[in-house]
Amino acid sequence: MSRYRIAGKGRVDSGQPIQFSFDGRTYDGLRGDTLASALLSHGLHLMGRSFKYHRPRGPVSAGSEEPNALVGTTRGPGRFEPNTRATMQELRHGLVAESQNRWPHLKFDAGAVNDALSPLFSAGFYYKTFMWPRNFWDKVYEPVIRAAAGLGRAPVAEDPDTYAARYAHTGVLVIGAGPAGIAAALTAARAGSDVTLADEGPEIGGSLLSDPGISIDGQGAWDWLAARREELDDLGVTILTRTTAIGYYHQNFLGLVEKLTDHLDEAPEGAPRERMWRIRAGHVVLSQGALEKPLIFDGNDRPGVMLAGAAQTYLNRYGVAVGERPVVVTSHDSAWYAAFDLADAGVQVPVIVDTRDEVRDDLRREARLRAIEVLTGQTVTGTAGRLRVASLTVNPVAGGTVGEARTFRCDCLLMSGGWTPSLHLFSHTKASLSWDDEAKAFLPDKSIEALEIAGASRGLWGYGAALTDGAAAGRAAAEALGQAAETTSWDVSGDRTGTGLSHGQLPTDRAPSRVRAFVDYQNDVTAKDIRLAVKEGMRSIEHVKRYTTTGMATDQGKLSNINALMIAAEALGTTPPRVGLTTFRPPYTPTTFGAFAGYHRGAAFEVTRKTPIDGWAEAHGAVWEPVGQWRRARYFPQGDEDMEAAVARECRAVRAGVGAFDASTLGKIDVTGPDAAEFMNRMYTNAWTKLAPGRARYGLLLGEDGYVRDDGVVGRIGPDRFHVTTTTGGAARVLNMMEDYLQTEWPDLDVWLTSTTEQWAVVALNGPEARRVLESLVAGLDISADAFPMMSVADCTVAGFPARLFRLSFTGELGFEINVPARHGRALWEAVMESGKAHGITPYGTEAMHVLRAEKGFIIVGQDTDGTVTPEDLGLGWTIGKTKSDFVGKRSLARPDLVARGRKQFVGLLTADGATRLEEGAQIVDDPDQPLPMRMIGHVTSSYHSAALGRSIALAVVENGRDRMGETVHVPMPGGSVAATIAPGVFYDPDGGRAKL
Amino acid sequence: MLLIHCPYCDESLPEMEFAYAGEAHIARPVDPNAVSDDEWRDHLFVRSNVRGPHYERWRHVHGCARFFNAVRDTVSDRVLGTYAAGAPRPSLADLGVEE
Ligand SMILES: [Zn+2]
Repeated sequence: MSRYRIAGKGRVDSGQPIQFSFDGRTYDGLRGDTLASALLSHGLHLMGRSFKYHRPRGPVSAGSEEPNALVGTTRGPGRFEPNTRATMQELRHGLVAESQNRWPHLKFDAGAVNDALSPLFSAGFYYKTFMWPRNFWDKVYEPVIRAAAGLGRAPVAEDPDTYAARYAHTGVLVIGAGPAGIAAALTAARAGSDVTLADEGPEIGGSLLSDPGISIDGQGAWDWLAARREELDDLGVTILTRTTAIGYYHQNFLGLVEKLTDHLDEAPEGAPRERMWRIRAGHVVLSQGALEKPLIFDGNDRPGVMLAGAAQTYLNRYGVAVGERPVVVTSHDSAWYAAFDLADAGVQVPVIVDTRDEVRDDLRREARLRAIEVLTGQTVTGTAGRLRVASLTVNPVAGGTVGEARTFRCDCLLMSGGWTPSLHLFSHTKASLSWDDEAKAFLPDKSIEALEIAGASRGLWGYGAALTDGAAAGRAAAEALGQAAETTSWDVSGDRTGTGLSHGQLPTDRAPSRVRAFVDYQNDVTAKDIRLAVKEGMRSIEHVKRYTTTGMATDQGKLSNINALMIAAEALGTTPPRVGLTTFRPPYTPTTFGAFAGYHRGAAFEVTRKTPIDGWAEAHGAVWEPVGQWRRARYFPQGDEDMEAAVARECRAVRAGVGAFDASTLGKIDVTGPDAAEFMNRMYTNAWTKLAPGRARYGLLLGEDGYVRDDGVVGRIGPDRFHVTTTTGGAARVLNMMEDYLQTEWPDLDVWLTSTTEQWAVVALNGPEARRVLESLVAGLDISADAFPMMSVADCTVAGFPARLFRLSFTGELGFEINVPARHGRALWEAVMESGKAHGITPYGTEAMHVLRAEKGFIIVGQDTDGTVTPEDLGLGWTIGKTKSDFVGKRSLARPDLVARGRKQFVGLLTADGATRLEEGAQIVDDPDQPLPMRMIGHVTSSYHSAALGRSIALAVVENGRDRMGETVHVPMPGGSVAATIAPGVFYDPDGGRAKL
Repeated sequence: MLLIHCPYCDESLPEMEFAYAGEAHIARPVDPNAVSDDEWRDHLFVRSNVRGPHYERWRHVHGCARFFNAVRDTVSDRVLGTYAAGAPRPSLADLGVEE
């Protein structure tokens, strides 16, 4: 048995040894240990180095509030996790753990030089040290900080584990399965409530697990726990262990993370590692208990210095003595019990040092029985020891004067500064807190949620009080749900009640500048830092926090917030509630990204929408691009073509012969009803009244602010019906906007709006040969140039399928768009490809489509526009129905800023050298040699290589661009400025004759 | 996640089914051409930015798809009540809320 293990103590199984490794050395522990308790059983306290000063550190707690004992754990490739709390990691066979923030190793760390340089790292050092000289930031400070930054090392490989998620409803949700939580769950369940009880530990019991000497209704604490567990199971209570409630959201909606496999020797193949529960509860009981506060004195961070309650837990729950010669320093009765338990287990406790002048007689008597010396009215002025505490110095305090020092040899220092009620989840509900000046603690006040808060989390102390209060909370919860509940009471003997006193920093006789009394262990913030922040003008605790970083580490100041507040209040000469409490935010403890992502990863990250023709494209080697949620064929490479070659070939095919394009993703909205034309008149800039059925028109949609929101061809199917198309990405937005106006501004209009995006598959045929390909497939319609001119629409049959045929062109060539019911899309596509074979038909993708439209200067909303572009800016003033008195956005087009000169206008840009392609998004200036920052007069919106023109082309918005044709502008780039000439936006077939063939 | 009561479906449903749609009771002028530039600017851009009960629009987009109005306390983020679009602006007392 390891040296510090105490036979017969603890809930660990001495029959089940477990081997694990820490920093490359193999150790053994027992089933039921945590990594921390197993290392402590070997006398090992030094488990890590601190973040800023690289000071040696050991565990200070035994729970999830642990700031120091953070380690890296691994379980094979991709399964490395930094900052695992050694106090929470259950021991498993083969666990591999490593210490952090040290190089080359834990006992000798080069970074500890920071400790010697600590005056440089005082409060606000980020703001002070790195301000000057300016260019030092990029070259010196930032690289050095980056190299040193980070708590632990980040994992590099992809996480192979899966993470689950579940939604649930429950009547009563109890958070924390200590005595109060168990009493609440039992009471509510006995009343018939549907109860869920969650606890972050591997078993229920909370503090009772560390206090086996208590007896309840004549049963020992652990027997009582086992019986209650059985009863809870019988009552059908859902018990979630290893489950941390991380956040409390609106209307009793809580997020909880359940750890499923980290404690298992072998994780079953495919088993999820964690599960995120999202639970909506009728009523919530918060019984999270309280956290013990450290005392603030010089050298309170040496390994071996820990909370007294933690030592009691290591002893009673894990059967581990944290040392051979522990001394106790306290301002609260609770630490006395820890001393008694240790003494009773055969550990020599030389002294209990209490800061209070008066201590209960029964405690003094118990100490005397165990031959423990008692010193009251004392302060601690220092500790010594390099990698482990070896002694402490205590001094009496009388009338504010610190007296003669006395030194005690020790290998452990167990401290208690009192207890802080855990109000984290309570505070997530935006509940109010009230300051209890007696207890020096914030206590729960009011919450708008349907909740109870019970036991130590509302400042009660002792098992009897916790049980009674928990039962009352359980009863209140059941009654709130309409169930009659009875009050339960339990008879506790050997209860450990207690009170205490709270301090800021303990009095000292040393020069304040030489005292290193740590408040926030994880961020290495000392009491001196907090006083310095106050001295330098910080008044609110939120400012003190940001200036010193106290409470900003991964533990969110669970141990430090109240101490920091007390010290700040003292320094400001005011009371803690006037300084304020920092806001607790979810998550309660650090949570893996995996738990948040859950099932939403890889292909399930979001929906991939596929068109009916997607399968054909996949079979023909399409390279995909995501467009909104759609995946679209970007190009179809042949042989070893790269994108450029494939796109150039596809473009040439359309210009010279015929190409086919899957346009199914186009948004489509059916606008129907007696007032359809009136509705369209009000929504779009264009005039629709005179558009005859069978004709189509390019429509432009503005926001009420006058800026272009969407565009698309609109066909009039009948007097009361329009087939509206939208951009691929804009379909849902446009329909929402239409619905908004229809429902809320013009409810008098008799119109129905229906999304038909997914009902129609669309094949676009473009090129001079398009009609010849289509002719043999169409029935019931004459598609000759005269009978079916540009911008026509008609219902007919194509390849035997009922079809709605448009004649339009987004490429500048003769073009058709064949709409068929989606289920026929694939068959239509194949029929078109078959029919087109003789004409050399070429499938083309979105990239060629983009190039072809850019050659014609057709905009893509969202690429060439950015939400600040008017129709006039685009040269699309012609779309505006001049006789219409109103449409969405019309009034804004008359606003002074929108008619002022100097607006950016849509133009073409041609680089001097046709081989040079501008970068989309690049800024445009008049003079590339002007001083920085340059005046930017526009930017490049689209840029491609044009196969038809044999050179690069670009589209851009430029101030007054249309008045500056032929002028040269400049595009400064990292490799040098590129000159370009402003040109009309239509590069190809400016007369538009080719589309009218 | 809020529970929001859709006045048309008459059910309290998770926020995920709804989309926020800005402040309520801002009517588009009947004849926008008749309002001054400043009035139009205010109509477009100036909002009350209330601390406390805020009258706002929501759409039950993944349900009945209809727009309705809600009163939400911007401090507590609690929805105090909902009512049909076009209905007159209720007082807090109408909604049964203690001020
Ligand atoms: Zn609804």
